[in-house]
Formats: sequence, C-alpha cells, structure tokens
Amino acid sequence: MATPLSYLGVELSRPKVAFFELSSCEGCQLQLLNNEASLLDFLSLVEVVQFREAMTEKRDDYQIAFVEGSVTRSDQVARLVEIRQRAKVLVAFGSCACFGGVNQLKNRFADSDWVKREVYGSFPIDTDTVRPLRAVVPVDLEIYGCPVKKEDVERIVTDLVLGKTVCHPKYPVCMDCKANENICLFDLGEPCLGPITRGGCDAWCPNNRLGCWGCRGPAEVANVAELQRIMTEHGFSAETMLDRLECFGGFGAYTEELATMVRNERGGT
Amino acid sequence: MLFRILDKTELARLFEELAGNRIIGPVSRGSDRQGAPIYSFEVVYDFAELRLDYTTTRMPAKRFFLPYRETLCSFAVHGRAWGKIVDFNIYQPQILFGLHPCDINALNKLDKVLMQSVYPTPYYSSKRRNMFIIGLDCMPQPFCFCRSMGTDTALHGFDMFLTDLGDRYFVEIQSAAAFNYLKNITAREPTEADHVRYREVAAEKNSKFTAQVDTTDLTKILDMEFQSEVWQHWGGRCLSCGTCANVCPTCYCYGVEETVDLDLRGAVKTKHLYSCNVVDFAEVAGGHNFRPDSHSRLKYRYYHKHRGFVEAFEESLCVGCGRCGEACLARINVPEVIASVRKGEV
Repeated sequence: MATPLSYLGVELSRPKVAFFELSSCEGCQLQLLNNEASLLDFLSLVEVVQFREAMTEKRDDYQIAFVEGSVTRSDQVARLVEIRQRAKVLVAFGSCACFGGVNQLKNRFADSDWVKREVYGSFPIDTDTVRPLRAVVPVDLEIYGCPVKKEDVERIVTDLVLGKTVCHPKYPVCMDCKANENICLFDLGEPCLGPITRGGCDAWCPNNRLGCWGCRGPAEVANVAELQRIMTEHGFSAETMLDRLECFGGFGAYTEELATMVRNERGGT
Repeated sequence: MLFRILDKTELARLFEELAGNRIIGPVSRGSDRQGAPIYSFEVVYDFAELRLDYTTTRMPAKRFFLPYRETLCSFAVHGRAWGKIVDFNIYQPQILFGLHPCDINALNKLDKVLMQSVYPTPYYSSKRRNMFIIGLDCMPQPFCFCRSMGTDTALHGFDMFLTDLGDRYFVEIQSAAAFNYLKNITAREPTEADHVRYREVAAEKNSKFTAQVDTTDLTKILDMEFQSEVWQHWGGRCLSCGTCANVCPTCYCYGVEETVDLDLRGAVKTKHLYSCNVVDFAEVAGGHNFRPDSHSRLKYRYYHKHRGFVEAFEESLCVGCGRCGEACLARINVPEVIASVRKGEV
C-alpha cells in the first residue's frame, strides 16, 4: 500500500479508478500508458483497479470510471449502465465517448446493410446507430480529443484528486496556435477548423502543419457560418468543410444545413 | 541627437560587435500560397540571416519581452511547508536588430502601462531594461496606417535608428551605448548631400501611404456611437478567436492560472496572454459574463485601443501596423471598422 496522499499537509484520498472501452481504437488509453515520464507519478496519484490495456487484475470497486468509445451495440448499453451504477464519477474519455467520434460517421448511411455485406460478408454484425455516452447515461465530465492529450488528462485528474473545479478552455485552437507563432494554415493553403474548435490541445495538429479537424468539438463560441464563408473565399468546397465538421461528431448541431447543401450539389451533378 | 553615416558594408561589423548578446531580428520563413514572403522575429546567429528589407512580420516581437506563456513563479512543497521561487526569465541582454517605427512605438506604449504605472511588472521591466534597440525605417505596405496614428516615426525608445539611403545608412544615435558601439565601426559625419537624400527618402515614404484612419474627435465619436448597429455587423463576423490580440504588438491583457504538479510536490503560477474577444474574458467568479456577445467584446477592444487609452495617456494604444487586419480571417480591420463607426453604416 502506497503512502497516503497529501498536499500542503492536507490528506487526500487516493481515488480508485478504472478504464473501460466501448467502440473505439483504445488510443486514448494508450496515450496515458505512452507517457512513461510521468506514468509512475500518475499511478501514485490514483489507484487503478481495472485497466484491460495495462493490467490483468480486475476489480469493480472503482470510484472514477473513464470510459472510452461510443455506444454502438445493445450489450454496450447494458455494460455502460452497470458502470454508471458503480462509479461515483463517470468520465467520457475522448471524442468517441463525448461525441460519437469517427464511429458516428456511419450514421450518415441511410442503408448500412450493403456496407455490412461488403465488409463482413455473411457474418452477422450487431451494430446500431452510434451514440455518445451522454445519450445513454448521465456523464459527469468529458475529456475531449482524438486522442486525448495526456497533459490535459493529468491536469484534470490532479484537479479531481485535489477537489478543484475542472475547467476546460473556452477559447478556440487559434489561441494556442498563435501563442506558438505558427503561420496560419489558411495562408499556406490548408483548410483548418481551428477558429471554431475548442482549444487546450496546444494546437497539436497545426503545430505539425496539419489543419484542425475539430476533434475537440466546438469552442464556446463557434461562428461556423463565418468560417464557411472563409473556407469558400479560400477556395475550399462546402464538402471539404462538411467532411471536417462531421469527422468526429462534435459539430452535429451545426452540420444539417451544410449537409443538405452538399447533398443537393451532389444530386445536381 | 547625434547623426552618423554608415556604409552598408559596416553593418555586418556592427552585428559582430553586438554578437556577444542575444540578437533578435527579422528573418524569412518562406512564402504563403500567394507567394508573399513571410517574415518573423527570431534569434539570429548570422548577419546573413537578417532580412533588413523585410516588409512586416506576421507576429510582433512581443514574445521576447511579453511572452505568450510565462511562468510567474513556482512552488516547492514539503509537507506543510512550501517555498516560492520567482524567476523573471531574463538571462542575458537582448538586442532587437531592425525594429520598424510602429514596433518601437508599441514598446513605448507598453512601457507606460507595464513600467510607468503604479505597480510596474518586474517580468516586463527586467527584459525591457536589458534591451538594446536598433530601429530601421521602412516603406509602407498597403495595410499600414501608422501615419494616422502618429507612429510612422519613432522619436524615442531606441538606441540607434537606421534609414536606408541606398548604399549607406543614416544613423540616429540616442544612447551612450550606441555611441560606444559605433566607435569601433567606420562611421562619418553626415554631409549636406546626405541630408538631402534623407529628406528624399522620407518624402518617398510619405507618398506611399494608402490606408488611413481618421482619428479626428474619435474618442467623442466612439462615445456617441456606443449603440451603433455597425458593432452588431462586425460582431456577427467575428470568430472570437483572439488572433487580433495575439498578433497585436500592444495587447498585453492576460490571465493567470495555478496548476499543481502531478506528483503533488510542486505547483506553478502561469501567465497567459489573453484576448478580450474570447468569450470568457469578462466572465467573473460566480459565472456572470459581462460581455457574452461577440459584438460587445469586439467593441470593447476598439474602445480600449482608441478611447480608454487615449483618455489615460493622450495617445492611442494602436500603432497602425495593420497586423490584426491582415491576420483576421474574417477580414475585420481597423480602418474599415473606424470608418463604419464614423459613417454610422458599413
């Protein structure tokens, strides 16, 4: 048993945490394990009782449940409900859990049967409309990103242990991007959702000259109509914009009009 | 003021004289998709890297004296006890080699707020007092309206100032340090012919301004137009992304964040430059937001620059460098916004 946690002489309880995955690539969990420099500190801060990707032991006496992935099958609903009942705090871990993530792209197909046949042949596949966790159970906290940024997770977990309010940045990616003195990707001829996407990722993709795809969902203010005008002005089609908005599912509330427009355009050609 | 004439070839020698310090100057970072060159202020190790023919940099030199993120202090925690470590984050003098008048004036304005106020900030002062500035005259770009803001020339705030006369520089010397550095460089007294050439260059610069802002009675007009519908128009276009503040050489507003280390053995207090256009800029404890709408935030940015600061310091906080208008994807720019406010329509 590790020594009890304390900060400035105040004793802190070491929360029992568990990690789970529904439909996902498990990349968000891998992010944590990848962080070798601070992994031991992280493990001293919490007591991991279940983490399939990292350990064989399995206990169900967790207080905080980190759930990665979206809900796509009926058995996942039952599993998620059970996790919700056990956990004091349920954390939607990563964009799939928060918005449906890349998985939800399949919701665009009105007829998914031919896709199933194409991919799986005659093998029976139980898959339904993709839903984020909050569409199934109440979620206490969302950690955005595809994948999540480990520094972000560590900050949030530290705040949880200390009992501090967990805050997400309200500003868009542009703030981080400019602080890093990147050249605006629009100037380099690359589309980018940075102006409307929630920041806090330190402009991970734009730092590497890749335009933002909006994985963290909309910033507190997302002037999508203006960004669409800007995209057009820079020679990017409505479809390019729609592809990005739809990719992770965070912009669901903003895409309907644009989707209709693109569909009509396609229908016309 | 002392004047000298410096052969262009002598400038490399001046660079070498200064090279024991950290030299920051304009360098090329390639070109954008339109083929326009992109310049930025970087630490320069070789005179050949310097691009003294630069038009303007996309970002100001701000990060060298007002970093976007700065650790104000860190704490080491041992049991119930803790120790505070303060570091002003300046380890050697900085030479700013080739600042245009707008950026020198920007520093002068920042000084008024951050050094000459009741509570000077040591993080800025320490860097500012360890600075040697070589100014450089420029030719106006289509978006430059420094003339309108009275910042097209720098009267003070530099150690020496260079004006390109073709094969030679006209040098204004304003500090003993600059005078001493020039002792080791071949420089001569200006002749009447140099003065004539200087006036020709100045006249050419003056003839090239295209953008302008009418600042006549602007503080009063802004007061009268507080409810103008033009603010709604610009607010509707604003992305609330904060880019204008980040590329502004005079925006100094910031937020402070305290974070505890993962091992609970330390903590840091970090300052982040922030933007008044970002949604939670005027959000206070308890959650009330005094400026929840884009248009009110955008409006207050203009009021701070062109009204509030004028009231406090008898000059605008805008230096007319035009960076905000160039960087804004929504094409919101000072000349158009101010003109629309004056006219009462967009």
